[in-house]
Amino acid sequence: MNTYAIWAIYRHEMARAFRTTLQSLIAPVITTSLYFVVFGGAIGSRIAEVEGVSYASFIVPGLIMLTVLTQSVTNAAFGIFFPKFIGSIYEYLTAPISFYELVIGFVGAAATKSFLIGLIILATATLFVDVSVAHPAAMVLLLLVTCIVFALFGFIIGIWSKNFEQLQLVPLLIITPLVFLGGSFYSVSMLPDTWQTVTLFNPVVYLVSAFRWSFFGAADVNLAFSLAMIGLFAAVCLAIIGWMFRTGYRLRA
Amino acid sequence: MDTILSVEGLGKTYASGHTALESVSLDIKRGEILALLGPNGAGKTTLISVICGLVTPTAGRVTVDGADIVQDYRRARSLIGLVPQEVVLEPFEKVANDVAFSRGLYGKRTDPAFMEKLLRTLSLWDKRDAPILTLSGGMKRRVLIAKALAHEPRILFLDEPTAGVDVELRKEMWETVAELKRQGVTIILTTHYIEEAEAIADRIGIISGGELLLVEEKAALMARMGRRQLTLTLAEPVARLPASLAPYDLALEDEGRSLVWSEGGDVMAGDVLAAVAKAGLSVRDVATHQRSLEEIFVALVAEDGQARKNREAA
Ligand SMILES: Nc1ncnc2c1ncn2[C@@H]1O[C@H](COP(=O)(O)OP(=O)(O)O)[C@@H](O)[C@H]1O
Ligand SMILES: [Mg+2]
Repeated sequence: MNTYAIWAIYRHEMARAFRTTLQSLIAPVITTSLYFVVFGGAIGSRIAEVEGVSYASFIVPGLIMLTVLTQSVTNAAFGIFFPKFIGSIYEYLTAPISFYELVIGFVGAAATKSFLIGLIILATATLFVDVSVAHPAAMVLLLLVTCIVFALFGFIIGIWSKNFEQLQLVPLLIITPLVFLGGSFYSVSMLPDTWQTVTLFNPVVYLVSAFRWSFFGAADVNLAFSLAMIGLFAAVCLAIIGWMFRTGYRLRA
Repeated sequence: MDTILSVEGLGKTYASGHTALESVSLDIKRGEILALLGPNGAGKTTLISVICGLVTPTAGRVTVDGADIVQDYRRARSLIGLVPQEVVLEPFEKVANDVAFSRGLYGKRTDPAFMEKLLRTLSLWDKRDAPILTLSGGMKRRVLIAKALAHEPRILFLDEPTAGVDVELRKEMWETVAELKRQGVTIILTTHYIEEAEAIADRIGIISGGELLLVEEKAALMARMGRRQLTLTLAEPVARLPASLAPYDLALEDEGRSLVWSEGGDVMAGDVLAAVAKAGLSVRDVATHQRSLEEIFVALVAEDGQARKNREAA
């Protein structure tokens, strides 16, 4: 295994992020604060407790997920799209590295960034509401797994995208709606029956639900089932990336 | 011959249906400078791209120091450095960081002493902390070379290293190439400047329409095809070559006003002049000319184009 290469890619990607620290880290903090003011303060004060916690606290896990999912996808997508766009991808394709080493480097860096953002949001949230985490280890693990899995997905988007429009299309058209409809701001049990059924086809529901369990100890859906779904999604992403590198899809002519 | 890179029956037909390479075979000697000479669209970049792993071939195989570029890609690729045709660099990266990054990609530990030497050789040392976007075009090209050399490859590909580069920088580039050769690096460069091939190559390959028309030692190529010619302008035009001149390889040209002799065999120019004088012809002027590599190249490519047309017509 070419660990130097993995490390080189990882550092290179992290350096890119730190060149734009303000954008990458301050922006999520501001956005989160706004959510708390609007949803937690203005609207939340009119909503009774949800599943035994105040509404403002209830939305914390969902908010973290919302940002972390979007960030993981866009970070990883941009990470591989950028060298493709400017042409410096030639270096990755001619180096003695395998596709999984490349993936570890790129996805690892993207996941690290969004993981840090997740923690920053959590810290910001504590400024507004009481947040108690029932299962801290599980919380960190779930956050990490989410970052990695969605960075894998973003990596696919980055290879697939031919231009900036396509690069932005997927996060905008798929991720944001899935997260909003994934129970970030409500409990699935609050929905009418038919909508509850529809929701079960949304993979994000399982993530948010499992993540919320790590905070409050209660979940909308079965935890083991949630983990299985996340694992399945990761396996599908890896298979697609493997196929892309084998066939050279949009990488090699 | 000690072969470091072997290309066998390499073919590439792009998804568009365009065949950019038709069964190219080529052996490259350890330590030589090979210039691949060909017009735009000849397939030079495609050939290099296949060898380096950027383009998937549709036929044939390539081995680098015995390592297959597909099965044993790690070993094959670690021996190769590529300087691409286009200047493709991350604009905000600093010079030294970017070169160090390239070394890392090849699985090599950072080596500050080597790095300093490399950057100094390429006159980049003073710019090591400058973001790439602040560099001039020539400097950027040198950064590309530094990146390609960062992992100490044994073979360096330079794809049109001096295209759009001013004369001074071109000379500098040639010196860099000569220095690398002294260090034992095998160099394959593509160019459409014939003078470039003539100036620095040991061997020359001529490629046109995806086919390698020939590969030959530069000196042998010049000796074989760059024959010297002697042109004698006659005081009085003649209708026919006198019979006494038949043994010499002489051609009557310009409506009998000049005699052209092509060098060859043991015959010397003096013999020809003496024979011409003996035949009673008076010579007004004497001129010699050697067919340049450029003329050889143009003739070969034109011939190939004609052959292609004939084949298509048939
Ligand atoms: N990705 C591609 N898809 C289709 N055709 C291509 C591609 N790349 C190059 N070609 C075509 O293949 C031929 C050879 O191109 P190239 O190898 O770049 O030539 P050179 O480097 O000698 O100028 C050209 O006709 C070019 O248009
Ligand atoms: Mg080219």
